[in-house]
Amino acid sequence: MTFLNDIGKYFLMLGSMFTRPENVKMYAKETLRQVYQIGIGSFLIIAIVSTFVGAVTAVQFSYQLLDIGLIPMWWMGIIVRDSLILEMAPTITALLLAGKVGSNIASELGSMRVTEQIDALEIMGVNTTAYLVGPKIMGAMIIIPFLIIMAVFLGIIGGLLAGTMGGFYSMDEYVRGLQDGHENYYVIVMLIKCYVFAFIITSIACFQGYFVKGGALEIGNASTRAVVNSSIVIIVANFLIAFLLL
Amino acid sequence: MIEVQNIKKRFGDQEVLKGISTEFQNGKCNLIIGSSGAGKTVFLKCLVGLFTPEEGDILYDGRPIRKMGVKEKKNLRNEMGMLFQGNALFDSLTVEENVRFPLDMFSEMSDEEKLERVNFCLSRVNLVNANKKFPGEISGGMMKRVGIARAIVMNPKYLFCDEPNSGLDPKTALVIDELIQEITQEFDMTTIVNTHDMNSVMGIGDKVTFLHQGLKHWEGTKEDVMEETDNKELYEFIFASDFLKQLREAAIQSK
Repeated sequence: MTFLNDIGKYFLMLGSMFTRPENVKMYAKETLRQVYQIGIGSFLIIAIVSTFVGAVTAVQFSYQLLDIGLIPMWWMGIIVRDSLILEMAPTITALLLAGKVGSNIASELGSMRVTEQIDALEIMGVNTTAYLVGPKIMGAMIIIPFLIIMAVFLGIIGGLLAGTMGGFYSMDEYVRGLQDGHENYYVIVMLIKCYVFAFIITSIACFQGYFVKGGALEIGNASTRAVVNSSIVIIVANFLIAFLLL
Repeated sequence: MIEVQNIKKRFGDQEVLKGISTEFQNGKCNLIIGSSGAGKTVFLKCLVGLFTPEEGDILYDGRPIRKMGVKEKKNLRNEMGMLFQGNALFDSLTVEENVRFPLDMFSEMSDEEKLERVNFCLSRVNLVNANKKFPGEISGGMMKRVGIARAIVMNPKYLFCDEPNSGLDPKTALVIDELIQEITQEFDMTTIVNTHDMNSVMGIGDKVTFLHQGLKHWEGTKEDVMEETDNKELYEFIFASDFLKQLREAAIQSK
Protein backbone atom coordinates (compact mmCIF):
# COMPACT_ATOMS: atom_id res chain seq x y z
CA MET A 1 0.00 0.00 0.00
CA THR A 2 2.84 2.38 0.87
CA PHE A 3 4.42 1.65 -2.49
CA LEU A 4 1.18 2.45 -4.36
CA ASN A 5 0.68 5.51 -2.19
CA ASP A 6 4.18 6.71 -3.07
CA ILE A 7 3.59 6.12 -6.78
CA GLY A 8 0.41 8.17 -6.55
CA LYS A 9 2.17 10.97 -4.68
CA TYR A 10 5.01 10.93 -7.22
CA PHE A 11 2.65 11.42 -10.16
CA LEU A 12 0.61 14.04 -8.29
CA MET A 13 3.83 15.93 -7.62
CA LEU A 14 4.74 15.79 -11.31
CA GLY A 15 1.22 16.83 -12.30
CA SER A 16 1.20 19.82 -9.97
CA MET A 17 4.28 21.21 -11.72
CA PHE A 18 2.30 22.02 -14.81
CA THR A 19 0.90 25.41 -13.91
CA ARG A 20 1.61 28.87 -15.22
CA PRO A 21 4.86 30.12 -13.64
CA GLU A 22 4.48 33.08 -11.30
CA ASN A 23 7.45 34.74 -12.97
CA VAL A 24 9.03 33.21 -16.07
CA LYS A 25 12.31 35.08 -15.52
CA MET A 26 12.76 33.60 -12.03
CA TYR A 27 12.05 30.09 -13.32
CA ALA A 28 14.52 30.54 -16.19
CA LYS A 29 17.15 31.83 -13.76
CA GLU A 30 16.63 28.81 -11.49
CA THR A 31 16.83 26.44 -14.48
CA LEU A 32 20.14 27.98 -15.54
CA ARG A 33 21.44 27.65 -11.99
CA GLN A 34 20.57 23.96 -12.09
CA VAL A 35 22.24 23.51 -15.48
CA TYR A 36 25.38 25.06 -14.03
CA GLN A 37 25.25 23.08 -10.80
CA ILE A 38 24.60 19.71 -12.45
CA GLY A 39 26.85 20.32 -15.47
CA ILE A 40 29.92 21.99 -14.02
CA GLY A 41 29.69 20.11 -10.75
CA SER A 42 29.71 16.73 -12.47
CA PHE A 43 32.07 17.44 -15.37
CA LEU A 44 35.32 16.26 -13.77
CA ILE A 45 34.09 13.00 -12.30
CA ILE A 46 32.34 12.04 -15.55
CA ALA A 47 35.44 12.94 -17.57
CA ILE A 48 37.66 10.72 -15.39
CA VAL A 49 35.28 7.79 -15.21
CA SER A 50 34.31 7.78 -18.89
CA THR A 51 37.96 7.96 -20.04
CA PHE A 52 38.80 4.92 -17.94
CA VAL A 53 35.63 3.07 -18.97
CA GLY A 54 36.68 3.50 -22.62
CA ALA A 55 40.22 2.38 -21.76
CA VAL A 56 39.05 -0.71 -19.86
CA THR A 57 36.62 -1.66 -22.63
CA ALA A 58 39.45 -1.44 -25.18
CA VAL A 59 41.93 -3.43 -23.10
CA GLN A 60 39.53 -6.22 -22.13
CA PHE A 61 38.09 -6.71 -25.61
CA SER A 62 41.56 -6.59 -27.16
CA TYR A 63 42.82 -9.19 -24.71
CA GLN A 64 39.94 -11.55 -25.49
CA LEU A 65 40.03 -10.95 -29.25
CA LEU A 66 43.80 -11.50 -29.40
CA ASP A 67 43.24 -14.90 -27.82
CA ILE A 68 40.64 -15.84 -30.43
CA GLY A 69 42.70 -14.35 -33.24
CA LEU A 70 39.92 -14.45 -35.86
CA ILE A 71 38.80 -10.85 -35.68
CA PRO A 72 40.88 -8.02 -37.17
CA MET A 73 42.06 -5.53 -34.54
CA TRP A 74 40.60 -2.53 -36.37
CA TRP A 75 37.24 -3.82 -35.19
CA MET A 76 38.21 -2.52 -31.77
CA GLY A 77 37.21 1.00 -32.91
CA ILE A 78 33.72 -0.26 -33.73
CA ILE A 79 33.41 -2.22 -30.49
CA VAL A 80 34.54 0.64 -28.24
CA ARG A 81 32.45 3.21 -30.11
CA ASP A 82 29.22 1.21 -30.15
CA SER A 83 29.48 -0.13 -26.64
CA LEU A 84 30.11 3.39 -25.38
CA ILE A 85 27.26 4.92 -27.37
CA LEU A 86 24.71 2.23 -26.65
CA GLU A 87 25.52 1.20 -23.13
CA MET A 88 28.57 2.34 -21.26
CA ALA A 89 28.36 6.12 -21.54
CA PRO A 90 24.63 6.62 -20.88
CA THR A 91 24.25 3.97 -18.20
CA ILE A 92 27.45 4.53 -16.24
CA THR A 93 27.11 8.31 -16.44
CA ALA A 94 23.49 8.07 -15.30
CA LEU A 95 24.42 5.84 -12.36
CA LEU A 96 27.19 8.25 -11.41
CA LEU A 97 24.80 11.19 -11.61
CA ALA A 98 22.18 9.30 -9.62
CA GLY A 99 24.75 9.14 -6.84
CA LYS A 100 26.09 12.65 -7.12
CA VAL A 101 23.21 14.79 -8.37
CA GLY A 102 20.40 12.63 -6.95
CA SER A 103 21.69 12.69 -3.39
CA ASN A 104 22.45 16.39 -3.69
CA ILE A 105 18.93 17.24 -4.84
CA ALA A 106 17.26 15.02 -2.24
CA SER A 107 19.27 16.51 0.62
CA GLU A 108 18.80 20.09 -0.65
CA LEU A 109 15.02 19.74 -0.85
CA GLY A 110 14.92 17.69 2.35
CA SER A 111 16.71 20.36 4.34
CA MET A 112 14.50 23.03 2.77
CA ARG A 113 11.46 21.06 3.94
CA VAL A 114 12.82 20.49 7.45
CA THR A 115 13.85 24.13 7.91
CA GLU A 116 10.43 25.30 6.67
CA GLN A 117 11.86 27.05 3.60
CA ILE A 118 9.33 25.21 1.42
CA ASP A 119 6.51 26.37 3.73
CA ALA A 120 7.86 29.92 3.44
CA LEU A 121 7.62 29.69 -0.35
CA GLU A 122 4.10 28.23 -0.11
CA ILE A 123 2.95 31.12 2.08
CA MET A 124 4.38 33.63 -0.38
CA GLY A 125 2.11 32.04 -2.98
CA VAL A 126 4.80 30.20 -4.94
CA ASN A 127 3.86 26.84 -6.49
CA THR A 128 6.69 24.99 -4.77
CA THR A 129 6.66 21.86 -6.92
CA ALA A 130 6.77 23.97 -10.08
CA TYR A 131 9.52 26.26 -8.76
CA LEU A 132 11.68 23.71 -6.94
CA VAL A 133 11.14 20.53 -8.95
CA GLY A 134 10.48 21.85 -12.47
CA PRO A 135 13.78 23.69 -13.00
CA LYS A 136 15.76 20.74 -11.63
CA ILE A 137 14.18 18.32 -14.11
CA MET A 138 14.45 20.83 -16.93
CA GLY A 139 18.05 21.70 -16.07
CA ALA A 140 19.02 18.03 -15.95
CA MET A 141 17.33 17.32 -19.28
CA ILE A 142 19.29 20.15 -20.85
CA ILE A 143 22.74 19.33 -19.50
CA ILE A 144 22.81 15.55 -18.97
CA PRO A 145 22.69 14.70 -22.72
CA PHE A 146 25.74 16.96 -23.17
CA LEU A 147 27.54 15.22 -20.32
CA ILE A 148 26.80 11.82 -21.86
CA ILE A 149 27.94 12.91 -25.33
CA MET A 150 31.13 14.17 -23.70
CA ALA A 151 31.47 10.80 -21.93
CA VAL A 152 31.27 8.99 -25.29
CA PHE A 153 33.92 11.26 -26.76
CA LEU A 154 36.30 10.89 -23.81
CA GLY A 155 35.66 7.13 -23.65
CA ILE A 156 36.69 6.80 -27.27
CA ILE A 157 39.88 8.76 -26.52
CA GLY A 158 40.47 6.52 -23.50
CA GLY A 159 40.12 3.47 -25.77
CA LEU A 160 42.60 4.95 -28.23
CA LEU A 161 45.18 5.72 -25.55
CA ALA A 162 44.88 2.36 -23.80
CA GLY A 163 44.96 0.33 -27.03
CA THR A 164 47.91 2.13 -28.59
CA MET A 165 49.94 2.38 -25.40
CA GLY A 166 49.28 -1.28 -24.66
CA GLY A 167 50.35 -2.26 -28.16
CA PHE A 168 47.04 -3.93 -29.04
CA TYR A 169 46.43 -1.85 -32.19
CA SER A 170 47.69 1.21 -34.00
CA MET A 171 45.96 4.57 -34.09
CA ASP A 172 45.15 4.06 -37.78
CA GLU A 173 43.47 0.72 -37.07
CA TYR A 174 41.40 2.22 -34.26
CA VAL A 175 40.34 5.26 -36.31
CA ARG A 176 39.41 3.00 -39.24
CA GLY A 177 37.14 1.09 -36.88
CA LEU A 178 35.60 4.27 -35.55
CA GLN A 179 34.75 5.41 -39.09
CA ASP A 180 33.37 2.08 -40.21
CA GLY A 181 29.68 1.14 -40.20
CA HIS A 182 28.41 3.95 -38.02
CA GLU A 183 24.67 3.79 -37.32
CA ASN A 184 22.91 7.09 -36.59
CA TYR A 185 20.12 5.10 -35.01
CA TYR A 186 22.45 4.12 -32.14
CA VAL A 187 22.94 7.81 -31.35
CA ILE A 188 19.17 8.30 -31.31
CA VAL A 189 18.81 5.41 -28.87
CA MET A 190 21.55 6.95 -26.75
CA LEU A 191 19.79 10.33 -26.71
CA ILE A 192 16.50 8.68 -25.73
CA LYS A 193 18.34 7.04 -22.85
CA CYS A 194 19.87 10.41 -21.89
CA TYR A 195 16.49 12.13 -21.56
CA VAL A 196 14.82 9.20 -19.81
CA PHE A 197 17.69 8.84 -17.32
CA ALA A 198 17.87 12.59 -16.67
CA PHE A 199 14.17 12.60 -15.87
CA ILE A 200 14.43 9.53 -13.63
CA ILE A 201 17.42 10.85 -11.65
CA THR A 202 15.94 14.26 -10.90
CA SER A 203 12.28 13.41 -10.47
CA ILE A 204 12.95 10.55 -8.03
CA ALA A 205 15.46 12.64 -6.07
CA CYS A 206 13.01 15.56 -5.93
CA PHE A 207 10.24 13.25 -4.77
CA GLN A 208 12.37 11.82 -1.98
CA GLY A 209 13.57 15.23 -0.83
CA TYR A 210 10.32 17.14 -1.19
CA PHE A 211 8.31 14.84 1.07
CA VAL A 212 10.86 14.47 3.87
CA LYS A 213 9.36 14.48 7.34
CA GLY A 214 11.47 14.78 10.45
CA GLY A 215 15.05 15.92 10.82
CA ALA A 216 18.65 15.33 9.80
CA LEU A 217 18.39 11.54 9.97
CA GLU A 218 15.42 11.50 7.59
CA ILE A 219 17.27 13.77 5.16
CA GLY A 220 20.09 11.22 5.06
CA ASN A 221 17.61 8.39 4.55
CA ALA A 222 15.86 10.30 1.76
CA SER A 223 19.18 10.91 0.08
CA THR A 224 20.04 7.19 0.23
CA ARG A 225 16.59 6.23 -1.06
CA ALA A 226 16.96 8.69 -3.93
CA VAL A 227 20.21 7.04 -5.05
CA VAL A 228 19.04 3.45 -4.59
CA ASN A 229 15.61 3.91 -6.18
CA SER A 230 16.83 5.92 -9.15
CA SER A 231 19.68 3.45 -9.78
CA ILE A 232 17.21 0.56 -9.87
CA VAL A 233 14.79 2.44 -12.13
CA ILE A 234 17.67 3.43 -14.45
CA ILE A 235 18.76 -0.20 -14.83
CA VAL A 236 15.18 -1.33 -15.54
CA ALA A 237 14.58 1.56 -17.96
CA ASN A 238 17.88 0.78 -19.67
CA PHE A 239 16.74 -2.78 -20.29
CA LEU A 240 13.32 -1.69 -21.53
CA ILE A 241 14.76 0.84 -23.96
CA ALA A 242 17.26 -1.69 -25.30
CA PHE A 243 14.57 -4.35 -25.55
CA LEU A 244 12.07 -2.12 -27.31
CA LEU A 245 14.32 -0.06 -29.56
CA LEU A 246 17.09 -2.43 -30.64
CA MET B 1 -9.81 41.03 10.37
CA ILE B 2 -9.65 37.24 10.43
CA GLU B 3 -12.68 35.31 11.59
CA VAL B 4 -12.30 31.67 12.51
CA GLN B 5 -15.49 29.62 12.50
CA ASN B 6 -15.46 26.31 14.32
CA ILE B 7 -12.44 24.76 12.64
CA LYS B 8 -11.59 21.13 13.22
CA LYS B 9 -8.46 19.33 12.14
CA ARG B 10 -7.48 15.73 12.62
CA PHE B 11 -4.46 13.61 11.70
CA GLY B 12 -5.54 9.98 11.42
CA ASP B 13 -7.39 9.11 14.61
CA GLN B 14 -6.09 12.10 16.50
CA GLU B 15 -8.29 15.18 16.55
CA VAL B 16 -5.88 18.07 17.07
CA LEU B 17 -8.30 20.98 16.72
CA LYS B 18 -11.73 20.22 18.12
CA GLY B 19 -13.74 23.19 16.91
CA ILE B 20 -12.14 26.60 17.45
CA SER B 21 -13.96 29.86 16.81
CA THR B 22 -12.46 33.29 17.36
CA GLU B 23 -11.61 36.51 15.56
CA PHE B 24 -8.47 38.57 15.20
CA GLN B 25 -8.71 42.35 14.79
CA ASN B 26 -6.70 44.69 12.55
CA GLY B 27 -3.88 46.72 14.07
CA LYS B 28 -3.64 44.41 17.06
CA CYS B 29 -1.22 41.77 18.21
CA ASN B 30 -3.27 38.64 18.71
CA LEU B 31 -1.40 36.06 20.73
CA ILE B 32 -2.10 32.36 20.71
CA ILE B 33 -0.74 30.65 23.77
CA GLY B 34 -0.87 27.13 25.12
CA SER B 35 1.36 24.34 26.30
CA SER B 36 3.20 22.09 23.85
CA GLY B 37 0.78 19.82 22.01
CA ALA B 38 -2.19 22.15 22.59
CA GLY B 39 -2.60 22.62 18.83
CA LYS B 40 -1.09 26.11 18.41
CA THR B 41 1.12 25.30 15.43
CA VAL B 42 -1.60 23.30 13.67
CA PHE B 43 -4.00 26.20 14.28
CA LEU B 44 -1.53 28.69 12.82
CA LYS B 45 -0.83 26.41 9.83
CA CYS B 46 -4.60 26.20 9.22
CA LEU B 47 -4.77 30.00 9.30
CA VAL B 48 -2.02 30.41 6.70
CA GLY B 49 -3.43 27.62 4.55
CA LEU B 50 -0.64 25.06 4.97
CA PHE B 51 -3.23 22.70 6.49
CA THR B 52 -6.85 22.45 5.38
CA PRO B 53 -9.31 22.02 8.23
CA GLU B 54 -11.84 19.19 7.84
CA GLU B 55 -14.63 21.37 9.17
CA GLY B 56 -15.31 25.06 9.69
CA ASP B 57 -14.15 28.08 7.75
CA ILE B 58 -11.75 31.01 7.99
CA LEU B 59 -12.81 34.44 6.73
CA TYR B 60 -10.16 36.95 5.72
CA ASP B 61 -11.87 40.35 5.79
CA GLY B 62 -15.12 38.56 5.05
CA ARG B 63 -13.73 36.30 2.32
CA PRO B 64 -14.28 32.63 3.21
CA ILE B 65 -11.30 30.48 2.27
CA ARG B 66 -13.50 27.47 1.51
CA LYS B 67 -15.18 29.30 -1.37
CA MET B 68 -11.92 30.55 -2.87
CA GLY B 69 -10.57 29.19 -6.14
CA VAL B 70 -6.89 28.52 -6.79
CA LYS B 71 -6.28 32.04 -8.10
CA GLU B 72 -8.05 33.71 -5.19
CA LYS B 73 -6.07 31.61 -2.73
CA LYS B 74 -2.87 32.63 -4.48
CA ASN B 75 -3.85 36.29 -4.25
CA LEU B 76 -4.65 35.81 -0.57
CA ARG B 77 -1.20 34.34 -0.02
CA ASN B 78 0.28 37.52 -1.44
CA GLU B 79 -1.50 39.38 1.37
CA MET B 80 0.20 37.23 4.02
CA GLY B 81 3.58 37.46 5.62
CA MET B 82 5.02 34.93 7.99
CA LEU B 83 7.89 34.82 10.43
CA PHE B 84 8.90 31.24 11.09
CA GLN B 85 10.22 29.75 14.31
CA GLY B 86 13.46 28.76 12.58
CA ASN B 87 13.36 31.85 10.33
CA ALA B 88 13.17 29.76 7.12
CA LEU B 89 15.60 32.05 5.34
CA PHE B 90 17.04 30.75 2.07
CA ASP B 91 20.59 29.69 2.93
CA SER B 92 22.02 30.24 -0.52
CA LEU B 93 20.73 33.82 -0.80
CA THR B 94 22.10 36.93 0.88
CA VAL B 95 20.04 39.00 3.32
CA GLU B 96 19.14 41.40 0.53
CA GLU B 97 18.20 38.58 -1.87
CA ASN B 98 16.09 36.91 0.82
CA VAL B 99 14.05 40.05 1.43
CA ARG B 100 13.89 40.79 -2.27
CA PHE B 101 12.71 37.30 -3.25
CA PRO B 102 8.93 37.94 -2.97
CA LEU B 103 9.35 41.15 -4.98
CA ASP B 104 11.32 39.34 -7.67
CA MET B 105 8.67 36.66 -7.85
CA PHE B 106 5.49 38.74 -7.73
CA SER B 107 6.04 42.44 -8.30
CA GLU B 108 6.39 44.48 -11.46
CA MET B 109 8.80 46.93 -9.82
CA SER B 110 12.04 47.98 -11.48
CA ASP B 111 15.33 46.82 -9.94
CA GLU B 112 15.87 50.26 -8.37
CA GLU B 113 12.41 50.28 -6.82
CA LYS B 114 12.92 46.79 -5.46
CA LEU B 115 16.22 47.76 -3.90
CA GLU B 116 14.65 50.84 -2.38
CA ARG B 117 11.84 48.76 -0.89
CA VAL B 118 14.27 46.15 0.44
CA ASN B 119 16.42 48.82 2.06
CA PHE B 120 13.33 50.45 3.57
CA CYS B 121 12.22 47.16 5.12
CA LEU B 122 15.70 46.36 6.40
CA SER B 123 16.07 49.79 7.94
CA ARG B 124 12.55 49.46 9.43
CA VAL B 125 13.72 46.40 11.34
CA ASN B 126 16.92 48.27 12.28
CA LEU B 127 19.16 46.11 10.15
CA VAL B 128 21.71 48.08 8.19
CA ASN B 129 25.00 47.09 6.54
CA ALA B 130 23.97 43.44 6.40
CA ASN B 131 22.64 43.34 2.83
CA LYS B 132 25.42 41.24 1.40
CA LYS B 133 25.74 38.81 4.29
CA PHE B 134 24.42 35.26 4.16
CA PRO B 135 22.05 33.92 6.85
CA GLY B 136 24.84 31.74 8.20
CA GLU B 137 26.94 34.83 8.88
CA ILE B 138 24.48 36.73 11.09
CA SER B 139 23.16 36.27 14.64
CA GLY B 140 19.81 34.73 15.64
CA GLY B 141 18.32 38.13 16.43
CA MET B 142 19.43 39.50 13.07
CA MET B 143 17.93 36.47 11.33
CA LYS B 144 14.59 37.21 13.02
CA ARG B 145 14.80 40.78 11.75
CA VAL B 146 15.51 39.55 8.22
CA GLY B 147 12.53 37.21 8.58
CA ILE B 148 10.32 40.13 9.61
CA ALA B 149 11.67 42.30 6.78
CA ARG B 150 10.90 39.54 4.27
CA ALA B 151 7.44 39.06 5.79
CA ILE B 152 6.50 42.74 5.41
CA VAL B 153 8.20 43.47 2.08
CA MET B 154 5.00 42.85 0.09
CA ASN B 155 2.95 45.08 2.42
CA PRO B 156 0.88 42.22 3.82
CA LYS B 157 -2.49 42.62 5.47
CA TYR B 158 -1.92 39.63 7.71
CA LEU B 159 1.26 38.85 9.62
CA PHE B 160 1.79 35.47 11.24
CA CYS B 161 4.62 34.82 13.68
CA ASP B 162 5.43 31.34 14.92
CA GLU B 163 7.38 31.46 18.18
CA PRO B 164 9.24 34.65 17.23
CA ASN B 165 11.29 34.63 20.43
CA SER B 166 12.48 31.06 20.45
CA GLY B 167 16.24 30.81 20.81
CA LEU B 168 16.69 34.49 21.61
CA ASP B 169 18.07 36.10 24.76
CA PRO B 170 15.46 38.03 26.82
CA LYS B 171 16.70 41.44 25.67
CA THR B 172 16.64 40.58 21.97
CA ALA B 173 13.27 38.86 22.45
CA LEU B 174 11.90 42.09 23.86
CA VAL B 175 13.24 44.05 20.88
CA ILE B 176 11.60 41.60 18.45
CA ASP B 177 8.29 41.82 20.35
CA GLU B 178 8.36 45.61 20.24
CA LEU B 179 9.20 45.52 16.56
CA ILE B 180 6.24 43.23 15.81
CA GLN B 181 3.94 45.51 17.77
CA GLU B 182 5.21 48.69 16.09
CA ILE B 183 4.91 47.20 12.61
CA THR B 184 1.41 45.90 13.34
CA GLN B 185 0.19 49.34 14.37
CA GLU B 186 2.13 51.25 11.72
CA PHE B 187 0.85 49.17 8.80
CA ASP B 188 -2.54 48.34 10.39
CA MET B 189 -2.01 44.62 9.95
CA THR B 190 -3.80 41.71 11.54
CA THR B 191 -0.97 40.07 13.43
CA ILE B 192 -1.18 36.64 14.99
CA VAL B 193 1.67 35.48 17.19
CA ASN B 194 2.07 31.93 18.35
CA THR B 195 4.06 31.90 21.57
CA HIS B 196 4.57 30.52 25.03
CA ASP B 197 6.81 33.35 26.12
CA MET B 198 5.11 35.08 29.06
CA ASN B 199 7.06 38.28 28.45
CA SER B 200 5.40 38.51 25.04
CA VAL B 201 1.98 37.89 26.59
CA MET B 202 2.47 40.67 29.14
CA GLY B 203 4.17 42.98 26.65
CA ILE B 204 2.25 42.87 23.39
CA GLY B 205 -0.85 40.74 24.04
CA ASP B 206 -3.63 43.01 22.81
CA LYS B 207 -5.68 39.88 22.63
CA VAL B 208 -4.68 36.52 24.08
CA THR B 209 -6.23 33.21 23.06
CA PHE B 210 -5.38 30.22 25.23
CA LEU B 211 -5.59 26.83 23.56
CA HIS B 212 -5.83 23.68 25.63
CA GLN B 213 -6.19 20.16 24.22
CA GLY B 214 -7.34 21.43 20.84
CA LEU B 215 -9.97 23.81 22.19
CA LYS B 216 -10.13 27.54 22.82
CA HIS B 217 -10.04 27.49 26.60
CA TRP B 218 -9.86 31.18 27.36
CA GLU B 219 -9.72 34.53 25.61
CA GLY B 220 -8.95 38.01 26.88
CA THR B 221 -6.37 40.78 27.06
CA LYS B 222 -2.99 40.80 28.79
CA GLU B 223 -4.58 42.68 31.68
CA ASP B 224 -7.25 39.98 32.02
CA VAL B 225 -4.58 37.29 32.19
CA MET B 226 -3.19 38.71 35.43
CA GLU B 227 -6.59 38.78 37.07
CA GLU B 228 -7.84 35.42 35.88
CA THR B 229 -7.99 32.86 38.67
CA ASP B 230 -11.02 30.76 37.85
CA ASN B 231 -9.45 29.03 34.89
CA LYS B 232 -7.19 26.36 36.41
CA GLU B 233 -5.43 25.35 33.16
CA LEU B 234 -4.67 28.95 32.21
CA TYR B 235 -3.46 29.78 35.71
CA GLU B 236 -1.16 26.75 35.76
CA PHE B 237 0.17 27.61 32.32
CA ILE B 238 0.78 31.31 32.90
CA PHE B 239 2.07 31.06 36.42
CA ALA B 240 4.09 27.90 36.00
CA SER B 241 7.14 29.51 37.61
CA ASP B 242 7.29 30.57 41.25
CA PHE B 243 8.76 33.87 40.16
CA LEU B 244 5.66 34.77 38.15
CA LYS B 245 3.36 33.60 40.96
CA GLN B 246 5.18 35.89 43.41
CA LEU B 247 5.04 38.72 40.89
CA ARG B 248 1.29 38.29 40.53
CA GLU B 249 0.73 38.17 44.29
CA ALA B 250 2.83 41.29 44.72
CA ALA B 251 0.78 43.04 42.02
CA ILE B 252 -2.49 42.06 43.74
CA GLN B 253 -1.23 43.17 47.15
CA SER B 254 -0.09 46.51 45.83
CA LYS B 255 -3.65 47.16 44.64
